[in-house]
Amino acid sequence: MANLAAVVGIGQTKYMTKRLDVSIAGLVREAAVNALQDADLTWDDIDAVILGKAPDMFEGVIMPETYLTDALGCNGKPMLRVHTAGSVGGSTALVAASHVQSGMFKRVLTVSFEKQSESNAMWALSNPQPFSTHLNAGAGGYFAPIIREYMRRSNAPYDVGIKVAVKDRLHGARNPLAHLQKPDITMQEVEESFMLWDPIRFLEACPSSDGACAMIIANEELADKASKKPAWIRGVAMRSEPTMYAGRDEVNPQAGRDCAADVYKQAGITNPRKDLDCAEVYVPFSWYEPMWLENLGFAPEGEGWKLTMEGATSLDEGGDIPWNCSGGVLSSNAIGASGMIRFAEAARQVRGDAGDHQVEGAKLALGHAYGGGAQFYAMWVVGSEKP
Amino acid sequence: MSEEQEVVTVVKAPVYLKYNFTAGAAPARFLAQIKKGVLTGQRCPKCSAVYVPPRGSCGGCGVATEEEVVLSNKATVQSFTIVYIPIPNNPIQPPYIIANVVPDGANVSFIHLMSECVNEDVHIGARVEAVWKPKEEWAFAMDNIRYYRPIDEPNVPVDQIGKLPVTGLEG
Amino acid sequence: MKEIAIVGFQQSDSVSDAGAVNEVEMIMPVLSRVFQQVGINNAQDVGFVCSGSCDYLQGAAFAFVAGVDALGAVPPIKESHVEMDAAWALYESILKIRMGHADSALIYGFGKSSPGELPIVMSQQLDPYYLAPLWVDSISLAALQARLMLDQGLITEGDMAEVVSRSRRNAMNNPHAQLAGDVAPDDVLAQEMYLSPLRKADICPVSDGASAMIIATVEKAKEWGMPYAIISGIDHCIETHNLGMRDLTDSVSTRTAAKRAGMDAGKVDVAELYAPFSHQEIILTRALGLADDTLINPSGGVLAGNLMMASGLSRIGEVFNRIVSGEVQCGIAHATSGPCLQHNLVTVLEKA
Repeated sequence: MANLAAVVGIGQTKYMTKRLDVSIAGLVREAAVNALQDADLTWDDIDAVILGKAPDMFEGVIMPETYLTDALGCNGKPMLRVHTAGSVGGSTALVAASHVQSGMFKRVLTVSFEKQSESNAMWALSNPQPFSTHLNAGAGGYFAPIIREYMRRSNAPYDVGIKVAVKDRLHGARNPLAHLQKPDITMQEVEESFMLWDPIRFLEACPSSDGACAMIIANEELADKASKKPAWIRGVAMRSEPTMYAGRDEVNPQAGRDCAADVYKQAGITNPRKDLDCAEVYVPFSWYEPMWLENLGFAPEGEGWKLTMEGATSLDEGGDIPWNCSGGVLSSNAIGASGMIRFAEAARQVRGDAGDHQVEGAKLALGHAYGGGAQFYAMWVVGSEKP
Repeated sequence: MSEEQEVVTVVKAPVYLKYNFTAGAAPARFLAQIKKGVLTGQRCPKCSAVYVPPRGSCGGCGVATEEEVVLSNKATVQSFTIVYIPIPNNPIQPPYIIANVVPDGANVSFIHLMSECVNEDVHIGARVEAVWKPKEEWAFAMDNIRYYRPIDEPNVPVDQIGKLPVTGLEG
Repeated sequence: MKEIAIVGFQQSDSVSDAGAVNEVEMIMPVLSRVFQQVGINNAQDVGFVCSGSCDYLQGAAFAFVAGVDALGAVPPIKESHVEMDAAWALYESILKIRMGHADSALIYGFGKSSPGELPIVMSQQLDPYYLAPLWVDSISLAALQARLMLDQGLITEGDMAEVVSRSRRNAMNNPHAQLAGDVAPDDVLAQEMYLSPLRKADICPVSDGASAMIIATVEKAKEWGMPYAIISGIDHCIETHNLGMRDLTDSVSTRTAAKRAGMDAGKVDVAELYAPFSHQEIILTRALGLADDTLINPSGGVLAGNLMMASGLSRIGEVFNRIVSGEVQCGIAHATSGPCLQHNLVTVLEKA
């Protein structure tokens, strides 16, 4: 049995296109200091640092934990660097939690970041390799055909993605840290935005952001004494599958389904829509909301889009299972941090500390991240009550 | 230090690194064939799935793919997208179609261009064939196939995509 | 705290250029040997998988994703990755087992360093604003460290040559070694300077290859019925990145990690130290306070072949091999990361 662990501090930066006022070190330190302040702790209270980010080529710094140790107060302590593609922010939180859940550490700091403005992520991803066709027009070019297959299977109306794009930006307008601030966004505006990778329009895709997210995770004894309400970790799960194999279901990947089943079992969840109060789910392209609603068991296969269209996932429409109240990846996307932001925002909800995007009385929340060719998954369930 | 200091917000530090890239043993066998104008896949000895282009292993089983299989020029569209933005380092002009196509005889799809078609008419299950560059331009490269174009054959039912034998629909 | 057992370890030969093979082709044979050693089929038979690799070695983002294609990860598996030496993947795996979410784990590391100019590539690991734009390569930084040692009278060039000579001779018994031979210290000293005060022989070679390990709870190891060694302690520690703020002639973080890992310097039969430069082996030996009768780098160490991202794991595997063969009772293994021994991990192993 894992030792109990809880989130006792959360810190984020403001997400924006370019943070020219800080270096990479300054960016991660800002998030870390915010987390320490939130937890009313100092650097000396931290036993280890667990750092996550997406490929080193995004900033052009190899294994940046060696450079960032000074900024993160880690000298003389253990430092671990996680990289699991787009899911890395979530995986990093899970690896940090395992430091405490294993009983080997009392209190650790975990930080994830991306400073996309210091390099060119599009270049890093489509770095042309000899011998292959150079058709990788960004992640959208990879995911658009999968979305199209979902639309075919589910017979979903064309505007489901548009609805998600509006909903998450309205959520984001409640969150002062969100990159995109579009309180007046309309369905028409999204529909008329430039088509990038049919069926993905410009406003149905995530932005490119600089930013960092940090959390402090403590053991039961220290969490009980925490200055603010802790978010208790009720379940943790990871799953991976290969990018490509014969018969792989790319629309509804088994790794995601298995990962969800595992984390729900630990948290005692039998009906996620009913048992959970809200969810922060990695949705970088609008259509991934209905797809993940099915993959994560919130709706039967082929019916995820109905929840979206009914407003079930909207805070503004009083939905019963709000998704991405923070605005989600569609409002802020500091790639390496995006997964951890989901995990941290889930924790903020059950701590009752989510400001204007708080789901009233939230007691149990899901944090979700995925990466690669929708093949790497990391999830946790956090609760307001100690299990 | 009485004068007001200029705020430094950007330093440029370009990174130049050279690599001698190798494709891998299994991809090299594939590339040697495509140089000759032949599209090959490789079969997993465990689950019999045929991979194209081969990367060296069957991802599902984690074993090396050894047996080479000659694939058809005909293929089926598993899915596609119409792209409206240019690709870095690629002269192609938008809008263009990139499709996941499965050649007959293979069990996984790969991404390639589609052309000689009305973009709006492309659909999942459509039959297509490879259009090769002129022989004198063949290199160790996937784009010896310039693109795929539609052919006049019945659609493939969705549950059969990725399962057609090398003989195609008749098989 | 759950006791962790190492049950299997395999590594590929260290070669200067693995030639045509790509990453997945480099990994698969090593994995299949380690599965065979333990008597299991594939990654489905362990509770967790963790790997270590670095995108910049091969020059393409997401190098590790290819690794998953070597695992047989259908149905999906519990899997993670560190952009570090696989010794840290072992560390993550131990956390996973100790928290009760796995009873066993596969750990592997791989690196194909030959495609690029490794010492130059590693210059981009430095502070991106102040140091990386200077393109200071990893060998030059180590040379600076060796110069400090020599000028302070802490070592002589003869001491460094002794380290090289012992490595080459020990490596003659290591079938995976890249550099081995009956080389006397004077032969080393007769070589010309490469980057003063380092001769080429003082520097580990650039190598391609992979290594893999399987660990388990003691209960699971007994169930498998294979000989195993116990990891009685493991810890790691990082120091400041600012070289000017470190005493480069010492390795404080190695000493700290060893202490936290519970190392008893009087009870170390064998030590495998990740010292990519001859003088660093001396720094590490002294930092750890190893006794004269401790066998140091009987495999030849990384001077005989350096599988970047796997060498740290291989050090642990080498000690494991000697314990299960009955050659020794206990030992320690060391792994390092970052310029001039910035980040160090120490594992203490014992006979079961």
